[in-house]
Amino acid sequence: MAKFLFKRALALIAILFVVSIGTFFLIHLLPGDPTVTILGPNDTAHNKAVLLQQLGLNKPIWQQYWIWLGNVLTGNLGQSFITHATVTSTLAHAVPIDIELVIISQVLALGIAIPLAIASARRPNGLLDRVSTTSSFAMLALPPFIIIVFLVLIFSIHFHVFPGPGSYVPFTQNPWSNLHTMILPAIVLAVGSIVIYFRLLRGDLISTLQEEYITMARSKGLSDRYIMWRHALRPSSLSLLAAAGLNIGGLIAGAFVVEYLLAIPGLGYALVNSIQQVDYLTVQGITLFVAVVVVVLNFIIDFLFTILDPRIARE
Amino acid sequence: MSDIAATVASAAPEAADDDGIVKKKKVGVFFWIFAGWVALVVLASILAPLLGLQDPNNANFDAINQGPTTAHLLGTDDLGRDILSRVIYGARVSLIVGFGAMTIGMIFGGTLGMVAAYRRGAVDSFVSAVSYVMLAFPALVAVIAIVAFWGHDIWKITIIVGIASIPLVYRVVRAATLSYATREFVTAAKSQGATDIRILTRELLPNVLPAIISFFLIGVASVIILEGALAFLGLSVQPPTASWGNMISESRTYLSQNPWLALFPSLAMFLFLIALNLIGDSLRQVLDVQDSKL
Repeated sequence: MAKFLFKRALALIAILFVVSIGTFFLIHLLPGDPTVTILGPNDTAHNKAVLLQQLGLNKPIWQQYWIWLGNVLTGNLGQSFITHATVTSTLAHAVPIDIELVIISQVLALGIAIPLAIASARRPNGLLDRVSTTSSFAMLALPPFIIIVFLVLIFSIHFHVFPGPGSYVPFTQNPWSNLHTMILPAIVLAVGSIVIYFRLLRGDLISTLQEEYITMARSKGLSDRYIMWRHALRPSSLSLLAAAGLNIGGLIAGAFVVEYLLAIPGLGYALVNSIQQVDYLTVQGITLFVAVVVVVLNFIIDFLFTILDPRIARE
Repeated sequence: MSDIAATVASAAPEAADDDGIVKKKKVGVFFWIFAGWVALVVLASILAPLLGLQDPNNANFDAINQGPTTAHLLGTDDLGRDILSRVIYGARVSLIVGFGAMTIGMIFGGTLGMVAAYRRGAVDSFVSAVSYVMLAFPALVAVIAIVAFWGHDIWKITIIVGIASIPLVYRVVRAATLSYATREFVTAAKSQGATDIRILTRELLPNVLPAIISFFLIGVASVIILEGALAFLGLSVQPPTASWGNMISESRTYLSQNPWLALFPSLAMFLFLIALNLIGDSLRQVLDVQDSKL
């Protein structure tokens, strides 16, 4: 197993290396001249040359990459030409908001998906099962932006239950109104997760309930409820954990639209803003950060699974 | 996924009844309703200039933000433009980006996947490793960044999203091909001296096609959602060109005065996406040979 994990760790480093090259060249090969962005289009050629020298942009691109990588590894992602904030401080402001959003949405999603899947799996093809499977199929076809528009229409404009876009309050300022503003975006993110968790768990439970050890438990006279929670749900919790891990990686990238539309100043909001301001370094920093988080998260899930289920390492 | 389609499509395909007799699989009535809807949207958007619609960009300040009327069946927007006409013309953007990007993904990713699964060896290891690395990179972030800096006309978006879809298409097609590549009929064809190209196109392709078609349709649905998301970020085709994403995005300004503005393009998109998912799912069930006990 140690050998297996070592191999995986090597692969992780290789992937992170490629991701860093990808992020660096993604930004550098795109059109746009940073000297024009900083100095404006009408400055002299001499001033531009001096600036290129200062920024190190006159060096060969591979040399620039190694300098950049060295800086990144020491935690220096650069300083924005536009806002003059360091990219690290932008990340430090945005990331806690995303973490809060992911936690609330996942609590909502699991809180709804697990009981619903259990109730549906108890009577496959029953009324509840038909209604919930059909509506989960419909929810797959509901893009987050459409959900946002109609949730805002119903809950903010019509019934004034939740505040509309742009009313974000920092948690440190007022935890209660902060939670109040985070519920709408969390619901939007939860919808996609509910569909994934519900379908996975329902299918899993239905096949588990046909296993012989369940029949055995039934014949011992154990109650349905006890069998469901203690015998059937347990093996399914592993696959649910895997799905949740992969899904959370996707959520961080997927929260962009939701954050931008509801003006929640998380990573997505920061990214879209910096794209609009042609703020290369911030775009680069956020892209790299998200890519690394997704890659590392997948690695951790892999790692946990190898420990929980040693059969994986032998394959 | 299979059980859901079975519930939605009322006539669930029966693999075999109690006597073990393989029945001909059928698709449900919902399949035909949604297939009809897809055909209608595709035809209407292609034939849009012939339908006698009002100009989708023609402003009419005497009739702004109206609900449905006889003159404008789906109402008008904030500039008095006809929403029906804009929904139909707007479908073109979703269709071009959706089908175009997935076609690019299929041509490159699909070919690579089939060849890699058939030949195995070094080519397979190399391309598979590259695809893993590309999949590790959050595609949405890359697509947003490239579209933002390279330009957001419809063809560029199609190409970028198409390229971004290649690794995933590769993995799906490779996995589908792999299960047939070592079967007896392939060995038989080889022993008869069939060329590699013949084996790939005549022996393997017909077998993996069901899986590919259904993945293609579901992929188109995901790309349409992505295009809509780009429109909301201001990174898709620019106004006044109508697209479903643009229309829903613009409707937010007048949400309290005129909710119809948001409703119709959302409904068109939602029904189209659900249709693609359902058709893809049903086709896979009906065409999948392994599902029936052959």
